[in-house]
Amino acid sequence: MSSDNAAGGTTAPAIPSTHPLVSGTVGPGCAKVDPIVVADGVSRTFGGLTAVDVAHLEIPRGKITALIGPNGAGKTTMFNLLTGFDKPNTGTWNFNGRSLAGVPAFKVARAGMVRTFQLTKSLGRLTVLQNMLLGATKQPGENIFTALVRPLWKSREAEITIKADELLARFKLDAKREDYAASLSGGQRKLLEMARALMSDPELIMLDEPMAGVNPALTQSLLGHIKNLKSDGTSVLFVEHDMHMVTHISDWVIVMAEGKVVAEGPPETVMKDPAVIDAYLGAHHDTDLGDLTGGPDLVEDARAAAEEVHEHKHHEEDKS
Amino acid sequence: MHAARTTGLVPRPVALVLATLFAALALLGIGTSAASASTDPSEEPAGPVLSIGGILRDGDEPVEGVDIDVEGGGFSETATSDENGRWSVEVPEKGDYTVTLDTDTLPDGIELRDPDRTSADVSADEWQTSSISRLFPLGEDTRQTSGFFDLFMQRLVSGLNFGLLVALAAIGITLIFGTTGLNNFAHGELVTFGGILAWVFAVLLGLNIFIAIPIVVILGAAFGYVQDTVLWRPLRKKGVKLVQAMIVSIGLALLLRYFYLFNVGGDTKTMNVGLSDAVVLGPVRITTGSILSMVLSVVVLVAVALFLTRTRIGKATRAVSDNAALAAASGIDVDRIIRIVWVIAGGLAALAGVMLALYRQVSWDMGFQVLLLMFAAVTLGGLGSAYGALVGSIVVGLFVELSTLVIPADLKYAAALIVLIFVLLLRPQGILGRRERIG
Amino acid sequence: MDWGNILGNAVGELISPTTAAYALAAIGLGVHFGYTGLLNFGQAAFMLIGAYGFAIPTIEFGAPLPVAILCALIASVLFALFLGIPTLRLRADYLAIVTIAAAEVVRYIVTTTGLTEVTGAANGLSGFKGTFAASNPLPEGTYGFGPFTYNSYDWWVRIVGWGLVILASVLVFLLMRSPWGRIVKGIREDEDAVRSLGKNVFSYKMQALVMGGVMGSIAGIIFILPRAVQPANYTTGLTFFIWTIMLLGGAATIFGPIIGAMIFWVVLSLTQGVLYGAIESGFLGFLSTTQAGQIRFMLVGLALMLLVIFRPQGIFGNKKELSFSV
Repeated sequence: MSSDNAAGGTTAPAIPSTHPLVSGTVGPGCAKVDPIVVADGVSRTFGGLTAVDVAHLEIPRGKITALIGPNGAGKTTMFNLLTGFDKPNTGTWNFNGRSLAGVPAFKVARAGMVRTFQLTKSLGRLTVLQNMLLGATKQPGENIFTALVRPLWKSREAEITIKADELLARFKLDAKREDYAASLSGGQRKLLEMARALMSDPELIMLDEPMAGVNPALTQSLLGHIKNLKSDGTSVLFVEHDMHMVTHISDWVIVMAEGKVVAEGPPETVMKDPAVIDAYLGAHHDTDLGDLTGGPDLVEDARAAAEEVHEHKHHEEDKS
Repeated sequence: MHAARTTGLVPRPVALVLATLFAALALLGIGTSAASASTDPSEEPAGPVLSIGGILRDGDEPVEGVDIDVEGGGFSETATSDENGRWSVEVPEKGDYTVTLDTDTLPDGIELRDPDRTSADVSADEWQTSSISRLFPLGEDTRQTSGFFDLFMQRLVSGLNFGLLVALAAIGITLIFGTTGLNNFAHGELVTFGGILAWVFAVLLGLNIFIAIPIVVILGAAFGYVQDTVLWRPLRKKGVKLVQAMIVSIGLALLLRYFYLFNVGGDTKTMNVGLSDAVVLGPVRITTGSILSMVLSVVVLVAVALFLTRTRIGKATRAVSDNAALAAASGIDVDRIIRIVWVIAGGLAALAGVMLALYRQVSWDMGFQVLLLMFAAVTLGGLGSAYGALVGSIVVGLFVELSTLVIPADLKYAAALIVLIFVLLLRPQGILGRRERIG
Repeated sequence: MDWGNILGNAVGELISPTTAAYALAAIGLGVHFGYTGLLNFGQAAFMLIGAYGFAIPTIEFGAPLPVAILCALIASVLFALFLGIPTLRLRADYLAIVTIAAAEVVRYIVTTTGLTEVTGAANGLSGFKGTFAASNPLPEGTYGFGPFTYNSYDWWVRIVGWGLVILASVLVFLLMRSPWGRIVKGIREDEDAVRSLGKNVFSYKMQALVMGGVMGSIAGIIFILPRAVQPANYTTGLTFFIWTIMLLGGAATIFGPIIGAMIFWVVLSLTQGVLYGAIESGFLGFLSTTQAGQIRFMLVGLALMLLVIFRPQGIFGNKKELSFSV
């Protein structure tokens, strides 16, 4: 992945019309070589307001895809629709070829498509470890009858505890293992939520603004974790406001505005797309894209963070 | 003149004297409360005493002072129905008996629905429980001859009347819910407060009802203000969670309800304030009290609507209901708005209490009896919407009264609550509510 | 004032079947609210259904004891499904309103004069104790010591009642330490999060509702064994007493509901004894004994308010784990 010189770049190279991820021409709603999610005609209205109206959308497998767009673009609503947390007015979509339209949220998660939330939903009065264990699948003790007989679920519990401890160590939450999740900081909760989602080994992890409200120090490690996910073979789709964050780690960027997909492409070129500039800036053509949402300091932090990602990653690998 | 249904059945002056005497005793703390008010769940039953009994009702109103003879196997005893219309005779054995109602003791204007059915038999093989009931359906002279349409119209007007008075109280519930998120289970006690005060002023102290009403409403508003200042505002400051606050309101409801019972006793009190003259409008017989109640309800509801839509404070109230944080950010004093909402809710509930007193009777748990109907109304209309509460209340009121055309009258509240459950099943956002946005 | 008698009565409440019934109902409510976060305001209805579900088959059809109990349990499961299906997908406060409404509906139904033949209407039911009394293995006679002296039947009711309370506590303990318990506690905290992890939240809420409801129904059976079935006992007041008991001991604790029920009844008995004693001996001559009873209920209301405001985690609860989430 090349991320150098993408954000705030002054030169405007011509947008290439083909890309290795794409089977045809690059453009809004283009078909991917190996899509993991394919959505058609998804729309959702609230009263008279159309929140989402997406004609066609494909998410590439095994890549990090960013879903960006200004406030009110319908990103989170799209997330909610795809994961079964909201019901669309129209539309169909499938995950790995399996139709998920009208499938309840918990079955979507079981199918291998796990999400996190913009406002963290750590379970405050459960310990960090209990939070993690909740994420694991195939637990015999989740049946009310087998739950009564400990020997029936003891071995699986031990397995998932080991797995949870590994993930907690990786996310640097191992010291907090026995603390109530309510005592964690906002950034730690984001990490916990992501770690918890990974307990089920999802094929596609959907992160709703993973960086929102996280302090710069933690942003680094979050970005690192997201990149690690890809190297583990997990597909990632994440929602973000700040384009600078996006350019450093994503392989593919989808831009939504007013409920529609207005552009998509690799991060280096999609930022130059006039449709994106229109969507984001309106009249403020001269403004640096990062300023709109992050402010200069945050943008600097994010850049620094992205650059340090590799180092950080190595550092972590050394430790384990 | 018929003895109208709301006046009770003892001749008026006697009732007035009795009620005054009784209440005076109760207020002084020397009176004994009626045993029927005891709800102590640990209370042991009287033992295996065999009895034959029943309840005499004319429509909703219990019929008091009617003699019923129970005879059989050489045993004979006469019971007289009490203020709740209940009568009961203890019998020595599980044998055959004949139960006869003495029609001469029926109050004027009330007759058996089937004039030939003055007696009923109890046979020995019926004794599977220790008590057996026998009913004597009663009906007014006019109702015997009235057809389905007349009955329907009568019920329609009653339902509208009841719905409007439920709306008065329900709007308070919905405004409090909208501005603070609290499901106030002590709202019924605000209504009872109004009913009891109306009885104290208009019956005990003999004030003219038109003077009593404004006094009661002002006191009710003051009660709302005091509740907010002493209890709810400190709790909001303390950051007490919503479910916690809801349970506090349940505790407060218990405390107030038994405080009322402690002071006024467990019997029902009739509002003899000269508003029980019946007016006949086509097929509908209606008391002047009901007409007054309906007119006043409509006027007040229109005033509340104008207040909410036209005045600054009303608009601010709706803004706080919509989004308290945003309202606060735009310079609205949210605490002041909530205080005003409590004052309005208290006043409206007290007024509803007066209406309910005129519509039925006064008792220590009169508000609690309609609390669930108010919640049903608010939920039907969509939680937090004032217009929804109005529509929901009228639906509930009509349903309660009209359902008696097809089901027994003692199930009419049950019918309204079942409707609530089904509406939630089909349309969880209520009749007027909008689907909530997730995420 | 006869202090010996007052104290004796109060101590007797510690193991009375009524205390056992309230404790069991509170354990069920703890499963609903304390662990799963369900706002059930209709626990009285589950007790009512247990009582009538047991008494009616016994009286009408002469059903043997196990059959009558089974009828009560099936009825309560059906009732839980009836409540849960429309409301468990909705916001939490809808369940509160629907449960309290449904509880009143069933009470109106058993009280209606139209069903006098079956339910005894306002008079209730009696004459259903035969099958339970026949199951009593204890010898005839009166035995025990001090305030705990009862006849054979009374002992049998106490043994069965408290045996069931212990059984329910063990069941709750086993469940709540298991992954099942982890899920319902997660639902209490944030059901969307649990849903996003692939758990069928609706199903778990329903399981919890049914389980707590069945416990309420068994409590309803224990409750009527020393008395008759009286529909007036099953008002919303009963539900609120059970809430008070649950919150008193601590909503998500194993022993909380038991200790809560004991404290509740001992204190009620003591206040009654002291007030009645004071009235008899002329201290409070201006009060009637009925009014003294009413004072007790005012105290319950006041206690509920103070408890929830100042000690929401109850006597045994852990402050961190057991404050209110919503």
